Amino acid sequence: MTAGTLAAEGFRPARIALVGPPNSGKTTLFNTLTGGRQKTANYPGVTVERKSGLLKTPGGHPVEVLDLPGSYSLRARSPDEAITRDVVLGRQARETLPDALVCVTDATNLGQHLRLLLELRQLGRPLILVLNMMDIAQKRGCQISTEALSRQLGIPVVTTVAMRKHGVRDLLGQIDALLNQAPAGDGVTAISDWVEPSPDAIRAHHREVERLLQEAVVREGAPEHLTRQLDRVLLHPVAGPLILLALLFLMFQAVFSWAEAPMDWIDGGMAGLQQWLSAHMEESLLKSLLVDGIVAGVGGVVIFLPQILILFLFILLLEDSGYMTRAAFLMDRLMSAVGLNGRAFIPLLSSFACAVPGIMAARTIAHPLDRLVTILIAPLMTCSARLPVYVLLIAAFVPATTVWGGIGLQGLVMFGLYATGIVGALAVAGVLRLTLLRGDRQPLLMELPSYKWPNPANVLLGLWERAKIFMRRIGTIILSVLVILWFLSTFPAAPEGATEPAIYYSFAGLIGRTLEPLLAPIGFNWQIAIALVPGLAAREVAVAALGTVYALSGDEGAVTEALTTTLAQSWTLATALSLLAWYVFAPQCLATLAAVRRETNSWRWAAFMFVYLMTLAYLAAFVTYRVALALGGG
Amino acid sequence: MDGHGGRERQLFELGRLVKAGLTQPLGLMRPGGVGRILAVRSGEGDVERGLLEMGFVEGACVEVLHHGFLGRDPLAVRINQAMTVALRRGEANAVLVGPLLNRATDVEPTTDQESRPS
Repeated sequence: MTAGTLAAEGFRPARIALVGPPNSGKTTLFNTLTGGRQKTANYPGVTVERKSGLLKTPGGHPVEVLDLPGSYSLRARSPDEAITRDVVLGRQARETLPDALVCVTDATNLGQHLRLLLELRQLGRPLILVLNMMDIAQKRGCQISTEALSRQLGIPVVTTVAMRKHGVRDLLGQIDALLNQAPAGDGVTAISDWVEPSPDAIRAHHREVERLLQEAVVREGAPEHLTRQLDRVLLHPVAGPLILLALLFLMFQAVFSWAEAPMDWIDGGMAGLQQWLSAHMEESLLKSLLVDGIVAGVGGVVIFLPQILILFLFILLLEDSGYMTRAAFLMDRLMSAVGLNGRAFIPLLSSFACAVPGIMAARTIAHPLDRLVTILIAPLMTCSARLPVYVLLIAAFVPATTVWGGIGLQGLVMFGLYATGIVGALAVAGVLRLTLLRGDRQPLLMELPSYKWPNPANVLLGLWERAKIFMRRIGTIILSVLVILWFLSTFPAAPEGATEPAIYYSFAGLIGRTLEPLLAPIGFNWQIAIALVPGLAAREVAVAALGTVYALSGDEGAVTEALTTTLAQSWTLATALSLLAWYVFAPQCLATLAAVRRETNSWRWAAFMFVYLMTLAYLAAFVTYRVALALGGG
Repeated sequence: MDGHGGRERQLFELGRLVKAGLTQPLGLMRPGGVGRILAVRSGEGDVERGLLEMGFVEGACVEVLHHGFLGRDPLAVRINQAMTVALRRGEANAVLVGPLLNRATDVEPTTDQESRPS
C-alpha cells in the first residue's frame, strides 16, 4: 500500500510518532511494525534521517509510523534529539504534528525511561505507553501491573517483545482505539506552551516515577549480571584496551581479506562489460564515453562496495551489541586530550570505510563544537578510496622484503600511512580546539547499555541502507563528475603528428600543465598534475587517470600492473613518497565536501576544510620530497 | 528521599553526614565504592540537568564499576542497579554521595550475586 493509493481513497493516513530513549528497542519495534515498507528521507537542512513506514491497522485505519531519534528528554542536547523535540511539538518544518505518540520504554529500566513519558504526557497529546523487552524483564522475575500503571497514568499501556512481534497486535489495537476516539487531524497544529524542564521539574518527575513504580511494580526483577561480568573484562584497565585493539585489528584484517573475492568478481564483471562494449560498438565518441569514461570510472568506485559493507557489518554488529559505547568509554580520555569526546570514536571509525557516513554519524555528538571538530578531521582517516593509490605506489617503490624478523616492509609502509592520518587528525583536532574552535570541555554523559545479541534484521537493514547511500552517490555525483572529466580529458583532440598522449592536449592536460609549476616544488611532474585533476573529484579515479596519461590500455588489472612497472622506471622514490604524503591529507572528494556542507549547513566550513587539508597536503608533500631528496631518494 | 520528610530535615541530615566525614564527591570514589546520592549541584545548569536526566538524582543508589585506563577517567557508574552511565570525573564531582542507609532498597556493597531484597 502506498501513500498514493491511500490518498486516492480519500484518506489522510493518521500519523503516529514513536518516541523513546536510546536503547529502548524503539527501532526494532519500528522495523517489526513496518517490515520492509519503510521510507528513509532526510529532514530539510539537516541529514538526520526521517524514517517512516505505512501500515493498515486491524481496524482498517491507514497509519504512517514515524521513527524519531532516541532521546532521553525533550530538552534536546544533540541535533538528533532536536528533531524529536521539534516533531513532537509540531515545530518541525514540513512536518505536521503527529496525531498520537507512542512512547517506547525498556521494561527493565522503567525507573529511568518513565521520566520521558511524563514529559510527553504534559503535552496533552494522545499517548500510548509501550513496555518493551517484557520477556527479559519477566525472565529476571519482574512483574509489572500494566492495569495499575495505565490507571495511574490515565493512558493505555501495552507490553511488547519487539523482536518477536509479540504484543504488536495489542499495540495496533490500542492505536485503533485511539483513532476511533479522535480521528486523524484534531485541529491542533502545534504545542506552543512547552518550556524546558528546570532541574527541579526533573527532580519532581523522578519522584513521580518512583511513586508510579511503587504502585505498579508487583515484584522487582533481579539485576542483570551478564553485562557486569562481561564489563569486568571488556572495561578492565589493561585487558579492555587490548581487546579493543585486537577487535580493530580483526576488523581491518577482515576488510582486506574477505573483500578480496567479491572485489575480484566486480573487477572481472566490469572488465567483461568493457570488452563486450568494445567488441560490439562502433568506434565513436559515445563508445569512448561509455567504455573509458563511465564503465571504467564506475567500476573503479563500485569495487569498494564489498570493503565498505564488511567494515559497516562490523560497525553495526558492535553498535547493536552494545560494545561501541564501551569503545567510546575506553577511548574517551585519549580523545579528550585533544579536546574530542569519546563518542567521536564511532564516526571516526566509520570514516575508515568512507568519510561521508562517518560525517553523518557525527550527529550523535551532542555539543556543536565537538561535532564540528569531529566532522573536520573525519577525512583524515584513511578511507578505502585512497587504497588503490597506496597499493599502486607501494607495489612500485617499496621492495617486498621483510624487516625486524618477518614484518613485511610493504605492509609496514601501509600501516605508517594509516598512522600518519590518525596522528594528523588528532593534531589537527588539538590545534582547532586551541584556536578557532575554543570552548569548554564538554561533558561526557553516555549510557552503557546492557549487552545483547545483535538483531539480524536491524543489521541487514542497516547494511542495505549503507549500500543504497553508496550506490546513490555513484549514480549521482560520481557519474556526473565522470562525464565531465571524460569531456575535459577528451577534448580538444590531439593535433596531427602529436608526440605526447592525447590527454596532454586536452583541457585536463591544459589544467595539469598550468598547475605543474605550482606542484614542481613537491616533486610532481606534469603527468601527476594531470592525474590530480580528475582525482580531485574522487581519489580513486587518479589511478585510471595515470593509466591514461601514460597511454596504457586494457582492463583495470592490466593497467595497474603495467603502471607499476612504468612508474618504478620513470619516477624517483622522492616523488612517490611525496605523492603518498599528499594523498594522506589532500581533500580529493566532492562527496565529502558536499556532506560537510549539508551537515554544517554552510559552505564556509566545507571551504575551510578544503583549504586546511590542501595546505596540509602541500606542506606534507613538500617536507617529504625535500627530506627524501636530501637522503638520496632522488 | 520520599519528599515527605521536609527539606529542613534533609538539610540537617546532609549537614550531619558532611560533619561526620561520611560524604564524598562521586568523582573521588573508587571502583567497588557504593553510596547514595545526597545532592546534585553544579555551577552550570546544563550539567546539572544532564546529570539529572541520566538518573543522577538525590536518593538514587550509585556504584562505581570501572574507570578508564588513563588517569582513571572516565567512570562507569551503575545507578539503582538498573542503568550504567559513563561520565568524566569533572562532572561526577557535581554529585555528592553519602553512605547507604539501611533502607529496603539499598544495594549490598560487596557482592553482585544477590538480587535486590524486596
